[in-house]
Amino acid sequence: MKRHQNLLMALAVVVLVALPLWMVHKPAPGPDGKEAEIFAGADSQAEGLIGRIDPGYRPWVKPLMEPPSGEIETLLFALQAALGAGFIGYWYGSASTRARLQREQETTTSC
Amino acid sequence: MHIMEGFLPAKHCIAWGIASAPFVAYGLRTVTKRVREYPEQRMLIGVAAAFTFVLSALKMPSVTGSCSHPTGTGLGAILFGPAAMAPIGAVVLLFQAILLAHGGLTTLGANIFSMAIVGPFAAAAIYRLVRAARLPFGVAVFLAATLGDLLTYVTTSVQLALAFPDPVGGFWASFTKFATVFAVTQVPLAISEGFLTVIVCNALARLNPRELQEMRVATGSEQEVQA
Repeated sequence: MKRHQNLLMALAVVVLVALPLWMVHKPAPGPDGKEAEIFAGADSQAEGLIGRIDPGYRPWVKPLMEPPSGEIETLLFALQAALGAGFIGYWYGSASTRARLQREQETTTSC
Repeated sequence: MHIMEGFLPAKHCIAWGIASAPFVAYGLRTVTKRVREYPEQRMLIGVAAAFTFVLSALKMPSVTGSCSHPTGTGLGAILFGPAAMAPIGAVVLLFQAILLAHGGLTTLGANIFSMAIVGPFAAAAIYRLVRAARLPFGVAVFLAATLGDLLTYVTTSVQLALAFPDPVGGFWASFTKFATVFAVTQVPLAISEGFLTVIVCNALARLNPRELQEMRVATGSEQEVQA
């Protein structure tokens, strides 16, 4: 039952991620011929919004270092996710093995 | 929810920094005390931190046509209490600010406040409320993680609206605009985070029942465990 539930929830996450890709269509290029961008980051959209609310505002500090390209940025984000996923995998593997050994020990001692 | 480097006036940066610092300091104390008392819980603190690492690295598309990421702070808030997530979230935000130019050092205080303080405190409070209403463990975890995530983004919208009130409509007009960018985009992602948190909590209830009991996280399967 629980296993079933987990599978359904995992599926729901996949659907929630895939649905926008299928629902949102790229708008036609504007009159200036520039391609409209979709699925941009909300953080950078907020930056644009600040520029519209307060056109005189200039950021007063620059990031210490910026990833030299989009590829490098992807590399670092992938690294971050891999570190996290790696640890969760390690915990799951060791915890489930521990649970299994405990069960086996209980059945042999009770016999 | 990352406010970019330089995009918050200096006064606001200082104010949010002062607001966040005591939470991080207190959280750090509770985490070290817990590790000293229950060394076997170290692994689960690692799991909570790792979950935040993964989820905050995943930028997912949303129905609004933009991308954002979940926060993953609800899990740790439910397990260890909200204060523990302040230092953990701070580490994640620092990593992103320094290496990824995502967020920033001057906006660190504001970002910690939304992601590592408001989110976890909301999640922990909602979890308790739902459990007090005698609803199942899974439902409580789902609502806590989902709403905690969403409230993080509402907080970011408030922070930006306070710094950049609309010249005509003031704070509220500005808040509506930022909330449309952040909070509405976040709705499907927050639901995803809710589901993922329940999946991990189900695994924890199955594999680490003893630790959860120590942490007084009642999963509803205690009889099973004792039997």
